Amino acid sequence: MTTMTSWTVANSRKAARQERRRRLGPLATLTHLALLLWTVLTVVPILWTFLASVKSEDEIFGDAWSLPATPRWDNFARAWDQVNIGQYFVNSVIVVAFSVAGTMLLGAMAAYVLARYPFRGNRAVYLLFVSGLAFPVYLALTPLFFVVQNMGSVPLIGPFIGLNTHAGLVLVYIAYSMPFTVFFLAAFFRTLPTAVGEAAMVDGASHTRVFFQIMLPMARPGLISITIFNVLGQWNQYQLPLVLLQERDKWVLTQGIADISTAAGYDADWAALFAALTLAILPMLIVYTVFQRQIQSGLTMGALK
Amino acid sequence: MFNTYRRGLFITAFLAAPVTLYLVYVISPYIQAFYIAMTDWRGVSATPNFVGLDNFVRLFADGVFWKAVTHNAALLVLLPLITIVIALFFAFLLNVGSGGRGVGGVPGSKFYRVVFFFPQVLAVTVVAVLFQQVFRPDDSGMLNAPLMALGLGPVSFLSDPGIAFWSVLGVMVWQAVGFYVVLFSAGLASIPRDMFEAASIDGAGRVSLFFRITLPLLWDTVQVAWVYLGILALDVFAIVWVMTDQQGGPDYSTTVMATEIYRNAFEYFRFGYASALGVVMFFFTIGFAILSLRLSRRERIEY
Repeated sequence: MTTMTSWTVANSRKAARQERRRRLGPLATLTHLALLLWTVLTVVPILWTFLASVKSEDEIFGDAWSLPATPRWDNFARAWDQVNIGQYFVNSVIVVAFSVAGTMLLGAMAAYVLARYPFRGNRAVYLLFVSGLAFPVYLALTPLFFVVQNMGSVPLIGPFIGLNTHAGLVLVYIAYSMPFTVFFLAAFFRTLPTAVGEAAMVDGASHTRVFFQIMLPMARPGLISITIFNVLGQWNQYQLPLVLLQERDKWVLTQGIADISTAAGYDADWAALFAALTLAILPMLIVYTVFQRQIQSGLTMGALK
Repeated sequence: MFNTYRRGLFITAFLAAPVTLYLVYVISPYIQAFYIAMTDWRGVSATPNFVGLDNFVRLFADGVFWKAVTHNAALLVLLPLITIVIALFFAFLLNVGSGGRGVGGVPGSKFYRVVFFFPQVLAVTVVAVLFQQVFRPDDSGMLNAPLMALGLGPVSFLSDPGIAFWSVLGVMVWQAVGFYVVLFSAGLASIPRDMFEAASIDGAGRVSLFFRITLPLLWDTVQVAWVYLGILALDVFAIVWVMTDQQGGPDYSTTVMATEIYRNAFEYFRFGYASALGVVMFFFTIGFAILSLRLSRRERIEY
């Protein structure tokens, strides 16, 4: 099916191209100019940052468009160790790995039950989750800070989930990702056929087993797109860690990067700062380019639901 | 009997953890915020007193608050408008605008779609720091170097109160456009191609193809985009907090509601006042949501 369409599209494109060449030469050039202009606007600031990351301090404060005399790769070593980008990067990876896993598990569980099991109060619980979509997170910031602080004094697990803990941040991320995840996945579970699960139940499978072994695999496309959505959203989150993680060694990458601009004075290591910025940008662009088809369709599918 | 019991147990077991987390970390803070907004709570150790609507009275007399609201309102109008116009233009060019029979995108459209999306995958804070450097006020800034070479600069993108807001808007548009190009492209792909073919056989040019076919059929997607961009405009924080001078400056010329909430709560420790601001922001957001739902009731075109 897909190969069919792409084949037709490729062919009609080819035809259209020939047609265009024949009739609309100048207009097509304008089209390309407009597209190229936006490409330049998009790419040049990023490339300029990459270039600055191998310049020396003097070159960075000199003419913006000059090339470095010799590329200074040691900027990256200093960014990793001294600006601590390595540490922040690892922190971000740990937090996002656990919180996305938790979000997907708990979100899918709640969405499945709400989509498939009518019970008294079902609608109310669903609306409770979905209403979170309309609340601006800034309203909750102050009380949230104290909620997490109070969590720190819970016996036994307190020290792990209070302020300045990654597990605490993970729980907050999971909770704040619930509205969209439940909303999206409940809609998705409703579209799946019921017959397979019912057959398995007749054969004696438990509710839990039907969920994990039949419904989750069937919901894969939906799960993938909402996972991408959550990974990007949580990786890029800045507001919540800013409030909840105040100790430097706990910081996530966005805090480390933002700190470059706010804390950097005249004595700052600007070359290393540009290298740090590059280290934050490059992995995202590489991962995106590799998975661009899935990421684009995942995000737009999420938006159009 | 046993089956009903098992079913109930399953429902409870599956909902327990998500609902508990959600109640503790999301619902309870929101409810508390409405109460805190009516107290004079200041500082971590101070005891809050109930002051009724005093915070709101002070808020409405606060010039900075009104500046923040004005900036959010301006963004609410301009960000969706500019982003959607640019994104529609490019989506149209990439998908149907190749001329000829009016069907099929320009060559290389896949490449453009990948590149246009780049800013979307970058964290807002990364974009903020990046543009802080791009906007540097002397010839070490990416934009000012060529401007000064042409004798036009230097432009104080971030330190001139009359320009800083437009710099913020520009960066937000820069980051948002790619996503909506892809979103509109997905919408365009679902429109049957014979529509365009039929229209262009009937002699429709590119312009009428866009306004008579593309836009009406894409209207639903445009509305979704409008709501998303509107919420983005109301929620903006990191770009302003990280990129601008004095975090919302100079002289509060770029500040928005979210930055004022954060500043009041975690720099001045005026928890009551910050929560009152949050409540106002909440009503703005709800108001926008209701308004856009109302306005979007328009007949759907079936195809």
